[in-house]
Amino acid sequence: MFILFESLDRDNRGCLSPDDFEALGGLAMNPIGGRIMEAFFSSGQDTVDFSSFVRILAHFRPTDRNRNKEGAQQELPSSRTRKLKFAFQLYDMDRDGKISREELLQVLRAMLGLQVTEEQLQSIAERAIQEADLDKDDAISFDEFKKSLEKTDIDTKMSVSFLK
Amino acid sequence: MATLWRFTLFLCMLLMACGGLSLASKEAKTRSSQTETGTHNTTEEGGHGAGPITTLPIVTWKWDHISVQYLVALWVLVCWLCKLLIEANHNVTNYIPESALLICSGFILGGMIWGADKVQTFSLNPTVFFYFLLPQIILDSGYHMPNKLFFTNLGAILIHAVIGTCWNAASLGLSLWGCHMGGAMGDLDIGLLQYLLFGSLMAAVDPVAVLAVFDQVHVNEVLFIIVFGESLLNDGVTVVLFNVFDAFVSLGGGRINAAEIIKGIVSFFVVAFGGSLVGIAFGILISLLTRCTKNIQIIEPGFIFVMGYLSYLTAEMLSLSAILSTTFCGVLCQKYVRANMDESSVQTVKYAMKVFANGSETIIFVFLGISAIDKVIWVWNTGFILLTVFFVFVYRFIGVFFLQWILNRYRLVPVELMDMVIMSYGGLRGAVAYGLAVLLDEKKIKEKNLMICTTLIVVYFTVILQGITMKPLVMWLKVKRAAVAEVSLLEKITNKMFNHTLVAIEDISGQIGDNYFRSKWRHFEEKWMTPFLMKPSARKKQDDVFDVFHQLNLKDAMEYVTEGERRGSLEFVRNDSAILDFKKKLESEYTEAMPDIPPYMIHDDGNLILIAPLEIYLIRKLADHIPSVSLEMHEQTMKAMREPEAVDVHHLLDQHLYKSRKQYRHGFSRSDFKINRDEKEVQEIFQRTMRNRLESFKSAKMGVSPPKTLVKYSKKEQAVTDSCNGREKGHPKYGHLRCSTHLPFQRVKQLGKSWFKGR
Repeated sequence: MFILFESLDRDNRGCLSPDDFEALGGLAMNPIGGRIMEAFFSSGQDTVDFSSFVRILAHFRPTDRNRNKEGAQQELPSSRTRKLKFAFQLYDMDRDGKISREELLQVLRAMLGLQVTEEQLQSIAERAIQEADLDKDDAISFDEFKKSLEKTDIDTKMSVSFLK
Repeated sequence: MATLWRFTLFLCMLLMACGGLSLASKEAKTRSSQTETGTHNTTEEGGHGAGPITTLPIVTWKWDHISVQYLVALWVLVCWLCKLLIEANHNVTNYIPESALLICSGFILGGMIWGADKVQTFSLNPTVFFYFLLPQIILDSGYHMPNKLFFTNLGAILIHAVIGTCWNAASLGLSLWGCHMGGAMGDLDIGLLQYLLFGSLMAAVDPVAVLAVFDQVHVNEVLFIIVFGESLLNDGVTVVLFNVFDAFVSLGGGRINAAEIIKGIVSFFVVAFGGSLVGIAFGILISLLTRCTKNIQIIEPGFIFVMGYLSYLTAEMLSLSAILSTTFCGVLCQKYVRANMDESSVQTVKYAMKVFANGSETIIFVFLGISAIDKVIWVWNTGFILLTVFFVFVYRFIGVFFLQWILNRYRLVPVELMDMVIMSYGGLRGAVAYGLAVLLDEKKIKEKNLMICTTLIVVYFTVILQGITMKPLVMWLKVKRAAVAEVSLLEKITNKMFNHTLVAIEDISGQIGDNYFRSKWRHFEEKWMTPFLMKPSARKKQDDVFDVFHQLNLKDAMEYVTEGERRGSLEFVRNDSAILDFKKKLESEYTEAMPDIPPYMIHDDGNLILIAPLEIYLIRKLADHIPSVSLEMHEQTMKAMREPEAVDVHHLLDQHLYKSRKQYRHGFSRSDFKINRDEKEVQEIFQRTMRNRLESFKSAKMGVSPPKTLVKYSKKEQAVTDSCNGREKGHPKYGHLRCSTHLPFQRVKQLGKSWFKGR
């Protein structure tokens, strides 16, 4: 893992900066590449050191179902809740704990913008919020997000095999 | 119950008639051959060429002309009636799978025929089976295959299909030969090669049987797709093995050397890949064809069937794997066909395919039962039969467990132990094995009848016994069942986001994983295949999330129609809440758009009911373009405005209306500064306005409590509304409008015109 870190760290400062990420061409093409980058740089810092890098990547470890079925599960970074939290953060750019309609619209626009008209995007965002929004505050909180995704198999969808 | 008995009685009579007819046809045939020498015919003969007639026959008995067709149709009818009888009682089908019951009815029918004829006149003919009954089932499987799931698990499926089947064939053949050598089977004239041939035809898991049994059990999708995919793809191996060993048997043991074996291995690759390529070629042809068939929508669905069948036959003609060909044809064309064709054509294809596939399946199982009741083929050899059943069962378990254990190392989510048990238990043999057995050449293989018997017994064992015990076993082992897939938009969006995230993470970590390939494939597809194979208009709507959105809308629209029909009567809509936001929007936007249709307020029993211009527009639209639509539909859209999804209904209606609008001409323009405006531009503005309005309707409704004041609109409209208020309050005309359930088209037009002219 450290080798990987070093290979990304172009100017050998011992930590990563946004330029290092941008150098990865694929990431630039990715519709939500910017957001993922933001997720690495948490709490307004400008650089990512090795430990936080690893911590973020640890979110993508496949969940080990067989071990520790007791409460210890919650603390593991790769547990389901942590994965969901990470996903939530990708939507919630301003970190206010809720996904507002605007934020959802932005994500939709980034992912679908070319094929769908603006009104349709708005309707889709509208409908998505309605489906998940249980307390009718016109935004999706983390609990509502978790609830609406309870049937999805997050463990498979948010895991990368080589991180085992 | 009485109807059930009546049905059964009818069925028996039908069969007696059928048996009698076939008997008569036989007798007629023998008699006609006797009378050909010149003696004149009796009236039973009928038809020309049977002898000179002495007087003009008014009605003749033309059985000979149509005997084949009649029997075919009659048998199809009888098989489907059996299915009808079976499905009449759901309690039974919960425990015993339908396929098992169909085989049993086949036994009964066979018994009746045997009783009538003393010889089995009907059985499952391999030609009929392979060329008329099997193709549509495979086409149906391919067309309805969940592509994403299939390709995600393709590795596992291929390994099981190729290596698993080879293992099954080899182990079965060798063990039986070993037992033969050991003397467990008594005196049989079967050599090693023939054992291997038998093993190869016994090895294949049958897609028809798997579908029939797993259909009712609803196991989790990964498990299902692995078993089902394996049953489809192993045809490639089966065909090769069967042909190779068949050729080896003909060549004789002496001539087999390394060259032949190498040729055998090469032929596997040729057959498998060749078959797939044929299928892909036909899939592309179908997609291209549906791209251009906009003008013949009426027979558009037919193309899928014809081309699918042609792909099967072409592969068969080139001695490649026909099942692989048809499967890949279906898998490839499903996306493009669904995008290119009209909604009604897509539905037609879906339902027609189901009819054909299910119908064929029924016929196959019934005839599998009937074929058993035939004294000629029954040769009993305890050792052979029991050992075969035992080995088939055991080697399947060993094969699956071993392969899956290796595969689990490379899987992200390993397949659980219980799932593996079900996978092995679900290795059902079926009609394909029987068909291949009947195709054996009896001159080369003396014990053909024994093999046919054994095959039948194995088929019955797997389909009936394993089928019956499958559901209890699944429940006992607590195997994960299929999740009831209720799709929500947020899930879909998040899924998409996860995909992108994973690609990004893979990028960051510099590793090439699954997702990399998937995104590369998606790019390739979007860039090259979609423009080539899909209609330009369809291309725009290509997206998962939008698809889900569209589906949800449609579902709501349907629900509202049924709900509205159920409720029937009118309900007045309280739309006051919308008025607040309406004011804001109206003042700025819609006045430019449609100043000549001011908002229209009805005072009714103290409530304010709004018929906004857009609704009036809708009324007119509906009336003009759908002549007999009742205004009740309008009522329902209004009433439906209360609920959130209604907006989508409106949206839906709106979209369709928008399309037809292009021909509509406004006949009521009040102000003349509108005349120079381009019609399209007006449409666009109106469109946008309507959307925004719907947006505000919804948002207003969600939070704001409805006030009960009469809201005056902009000053421009003040005069208008004032002048109209007098009329509005009384409402003889429009109140009338609201109250009536069916207002004929003429009346609405009248009302509309008069209302506008009257000002």
